[in-house]
Amino acid sequence: MSVDLPQEQLAKLVASFMSYSAGHLPDDVKARLAQMKETENEGFAPDIYNVMEKNMQLAHSLGRPSCQDTGIPQFFARVGSKWPYMDIIEDALIDAVREATAKAPLRPNAVEVFDEVNTGNNIGTHSPWIDWEIVKDSDVLELYFYMAGGGCSLPGFSKVLMPLEGYDGIAKAVFEQMTTYGVNACPPCLVGIGIAGSSEVAAKLSKKALLRQVGSHNPNPKAAEMEKLIEDGLNSIGLGPGGFGGKLSVMGVNIEQASRHPATLAMGMSTACWAHRRAGIRINPDFTYDLFTHKGAVL
Amino acid sequence: MSTFEFTTPVSDEDIRKVHIGDVIYLTGDIVTGRDDVHHRVVMSGKMPPVDLTGKAIFHAGPIMKKISAEGEPDKYKVISVGPTTSMRMEKAEAEFLEKTGVKIIIGKGGMGPKTTQGCIDNCAIHTIFPGGCAVVAAEEVTDVEGVEWLDLGMPEAMWKLKAERFGPLIVSIDSYGNNLIENNKVDFNDRREKALEELKGKLDFMG
Repeated sequence: MSVDLPQEQLAKLVASFMSYSAGHLPDDVKARLAQMKETENEGFAPDIYNVMEKNMQLAHSLGRPSCQDTGIPQFFARVGSKWPYMDIIEDALIDAVREATAKAPLRPNAVEVFDEVNTGNNIGTHSPWIDWEIVKDSDVLELYFYMAGGGCSLPGFSKVLMPLEGYDGIAKAVFEQMTTYGVNACPPCLVGIGIAGSSEVAAKLSKKALLRQVGSHNPNPKAAEMEKLIEDGLNSIGLGPGGFGGKLSVMGVNIEQASRHPATLAMGMSTACWAHRRAGIRINPDFTYDLFTHKGAVL
Repeated sequence: MSTFEFTTPVSDEDIRKVHIGDVIYLTGDIVTGRDDVHHRVVMSGKMPPVDLTGKAIFHAGPIMKKISAEGEPDKYKVISVGPTTSMRMEKAEAEFLEKTGVKIIIGKGGMGPKTTQGCIDNCAIHTIFPGGCAVVAAEEVTDVEGVEWLDLGMPEAMWKLKAERFGPLIVSIDSYGNNLIENNKVDFNDRREKALEELKGKLDFMG
């Protein structure tokens, strides 16, 4: 067997996985949108939901990226400590981005900072962005690919509150951000909130919260309660699809947390647009796979 | 709420017929232009290499595919083209309208007071195509006539599109100074304050 073979195999598989996820929303998002469409029966909302639905069908039948903004490629890798090809993952992911950009095709979005030049193939400094976690006693590579567009990245922020501002302070910041930037982020959005002791940890957790399923709950009952209260509160604002007004605003609110410092209450916020192109795949050492976010999909 | 079918060049008379909340389907010339095009035209003072009089500017960075064979003149096909956040162009849009004679801005989300004034002064409108619906939009484009300023990269270049019944375009700023999304935001902000009031005491996990 040639030494390059696993890298080529992995790159090819991931490139197909990326192309597929550009044109197909995950099962949980599709189910939630179908549910919301039933509720949104006034004003512009039904027409907008009809165009959204038509777009999903056309993206599938024509094999096209459903949104022109295929984002800055981001991978969230959970690597089993016994996965046999540790050395080649990073290079394979870069190859996959190059291949998917040409073949899907994806929009070249990597603009080199300071040089202000688009590299043309989504490969650049720290692009693709890869987040690594090691899972002990596992021989599986679990990979999330997330295409976050510019519009839904715009409301993202993190900051450190003083503890006496409390969890109310977190809610207030989220509500203000959603009423200021939410209409541009292609609502109904999924809102991710991270709570921690410093801003970068909170920011990262807020993004990881977006990888959780729509409709899932934080295992901590108080966190789950906060998710529900913020979701209901944001829905009462009624941004509607595209910000045209409606009965709802968000697909859901997911919170992730890390212990904080006694003197800091850091929060991060990330939003995902309705076309939340999050895809997860588990790849075994023999390269058989399970595309667990899109049941029944064949690459 | 009324529905209109317009063809470019769009006249001042056409523009005066429409009000916020109306829907337009547009046939004719649509040219893409976003951050870098606005920067080049307004901040750097270069005139665009396309006559935009009476046409539509589309805040969009498409995915394009070259379909011409090697040695042939370049020919492109639209794969996916949806609206981008219009608010990013707020700083430059009024002056852009003034310089170019564009009549219809197509984007997503709203725009602010400067653009609203620009629409009054130049008899123009801002419209919204449903965000994230880029394949629907691509299918309403019948031809890519060419591209200018491709040195800015694929998303930022000026792509000259021919479209057939392009829409729905929901009018968000009309030529009379009305702004649909700003009106909505007033309601959203009122409801936000109520929602925050409702939450009081319910998130007091500090004990």
